[in-house]
Amino acid sequence: MRLAFSKEDLKMEKMIKLTIDNKQIEVPQGTTIFEAAKQLGIEIPTLCYMHLGDMGIEHKPGGCRICVVEVEGRRNLAPSCNSKCEEGMVIHTHNMRVLNARKTVMELMLSDHPFDCLVCAKSGNCDLQTMAHQFGVRELHYKGEQSTYKVDYSPSIIRDMDKCIMCRRCETMCNDVQTVGALSAVNRGFESVVAPAFEMDLEKSTCTYCGQCVAVCPTGALTEKDHTNQLIRDLADPKKTVVVQTAPAVRAALGEEFGMEAGTLVTGKMVSALRQLGFDKVFDTDFAADLTIMEEGTELLERLQKHLDGDKDVKLPILTSCCPGWVNFFEHHFPDMKDIPSTARSPQQMFGPIAKNYLAKQMGIKREDMIVVSIMPCLAKKYECQRDEFKVDGDPDVNYSISTRELANLIKQANMDLSIMADEDFDNPLGESTGAGVIFGATGGVIEAAARTAYEVYTGKTLEKVDFEALRGMEGIRSATVDFDGLPINIGIAHGLGNARKLLEDIRDGKSEYHAIEIMACPGGCIGGGGQPLHHGDSSILKKRAAALYREDEGKAIRKSHENPYIIKLYEEFLGKPCSELSHKLLHTHYFDKSNEIEIE
Amino acid sequence: MAKIKLAKSKVDTLVEICKSFDNDGAELINVLHKAQETFGYLPAEVQEIIARELNVSVAHVYGVVTFYSFFSMVPKGEFPISICMGTACYVRGAEKVLEEFKRLLDVPVGETTEDGKFSISCLRCVGACGLAPVVTIGERVYGRVAAGDVADIIKEYQS
Repeated sequence: MRLAFSKEDLKMEKMIKLTIDNKQIEVPQGTTIFEAAKQLGIEIPTLCYMHLGDMGIEHKPGGCRICVVEVEGRRNLAPSCNSKCEEGMVIHTHNMRVLNARKTVMELMLSDHPFDCLVCAKSGNCDLQTMAHQFGVRELHYKGEQSTYKVDYSPSIIRDMDKCIMCRRCETMCNDVQTVGALSAVNRGFESVVAPAFEMDLEKSTCTYCGQCVAVCPTGALTEKDHTNQLIRDLADPKKTVVVQTAPAVRAALGEEFGMEAGTLVTGKMVSALRQLGFDKVFDTDFAADLTIMEEGTELLERLQKHLDGDKDVKLPILTSCCPGWVNFFEHHFPDMKDIPSTARSPQQMFGPIAKNYLAKQMGIKREDMIVVSIMPCLAKKYECQRDEFKVDGDPDVNYSISTRELANLIKQANMDLSIMADEDFDNPLGESTGAGVIFGATGGVIEAAARTAYEVYTGKTLEKVDFEALRGMEGIRSATVDFDGLPINIGIAHGLGNARKLLEDIRDGKSEYHAIEIMACPGGCIGGGGQPLHHGDSSILKKRAAALYREDEGKAIRKSHENPYIIKLYEEFLGKPCSELSHKLLHTHYFDKSNEIEIE
Repeated sequence: MAKIKLAKSKVDTLVEICKSFDNDGAELINVLHKAQETFGYLPAEVQEIIARELNVSVAHVYGVVTFYSFFSMVPKGEFPISICMGTACYVRGAEKVLEEFKRLLDVPVGETTEDGKFSISCLRCVGACGLAPVVTIGERVYGRVAAGDVADIIKEYQS
């Protein structure tokens, strides 16, 4: 990975004139042929190159050799993604020689690729398949050795390395962006493969299941564990009451799978699709997000009050705990700090026990007859709902989680077109939510929602303006001070685990000045989750999804979690008060040390 | 994750090695060389400690260990046999020599015979191309080796 040049850097640079496909262009020194061509509207095909604009990440290993172009006067074709423009260059991006070379490279790649496209999970959404089609590959002239690896099934992610083309995008996401370090290229030559240390299963590695590797994989080598068949079976079972909860980020991205513009809100259409699929109740994880704010916000204020009272043992800053990828990350990499995050469960895991203990009783059904399904933008959620601490006598509070992409496939399977569906409302009581719950899906949203409630509870005053704009944005690490009626509260925000690591190292070194920190594992927050429609590195899509959530928030009648009438009722009828004994039993959790134990004899 | 068992003296030695390279992740290859020199090979436990000390991921350490054929994760034999597969040796028949070693010792490349006596590895150019094909056993160099010589060479070490 290399950092891209910022526009300011480029202004200082010398300009270079060159010709690409008979068109003249002037670019700053240091620009690659690939980027220069793009400015002319020429999209050179590539399988390994990846540019995540706002995140400043450019992955250009020059490995796939698909992006080769001819530079007049040079003996060999040049990989355009890592060849820099030079003065007077004359470049051809699609002459006979280039097209032949690309097709040959593609055929060589396919000679070591399984031919199960028809049943591959990535079919229809696979860059390799699309490009083979685009290049008009109709027969393979090469036959050679085929790699054979054991398929690695983890609770969230499936690795089928026979389908890997060694673009190594996943490695960049895992190491440079997320600093998780679960994946590395190992071995050499034909035997080389991207794998965890000692080629162990992902489940035994330091993988956090954030799914960012899956989100950038150009083939079917990395895919999510698919739970749709299980869901179809449960929906067809008359003995089961199947209820669904949908995470905030799903409604801002699902439409993309049906050809809608990024940032289109499909909340109502999604509800009616879920109802037509046969769910008995369609609820909203946003309700549980409001509940999270009640619990986490109360915990924040308790810790803050102790700190103000001079208690030296109190752990500050408090860290949010909604994101299961982030929880996995600190359990593996910062287990010495596992007392710092809030003990509040994530909204998904708050919804489960409320549905199975409170709602089931109201509906007059037994716990074991209720199936709770969640629709999540996330792959780590699949692992989270299987954690032992979230089960009662082996029965999970949330039975399983399906991703936004899986839901889209299921809707298509059922022969429905989301874009023409009517809008419907969520069921109650677990479908009512406030604007605070909606913004949980974007970076900064959880802490903004917490600030809205904590401010009013702490000061006893009504917020004049509920929008905390200082907490919003796409910068990897942000900070802001919120005035709690004379008490300055320092808030930190990080999205992307590499950014989270920086904040955690500051805390470990005693350099952190924050009272509260929000962390989301995926760049952009849940809207950029590993289970979302693929954004192919286009960060403008993430911004549109975030804007959609803030739009839904703005349109809500109630925008503060503690004002949600069904939340108030839930506490009155069932939980008592936030952080009560029952709340602790059902809505809080504890964390584990998952670092590698080194036993010294 | 599995617990790792390693004698304290070995851990101390590894910590010292890493320290002598300022615990700098960029010195990984040098650290691995030193560790292999000390222990004879680089088992998973050793890689885990090195990763921890240099603050790099174990996957990365394993990636480097498996990339360079010089590094080995299994203990070498008492008499480590290396067959040069550099261009000059290769064109003069090194592959046949290698096949003969594999056949007579009944062990694949990168592994050690059951009695712990011999291990076979390949290397790239020892800088003695005039003697191609070249085989080294321990510190001893054999030049112009033909497949027919292999049995006699092995006999030298089997007394």
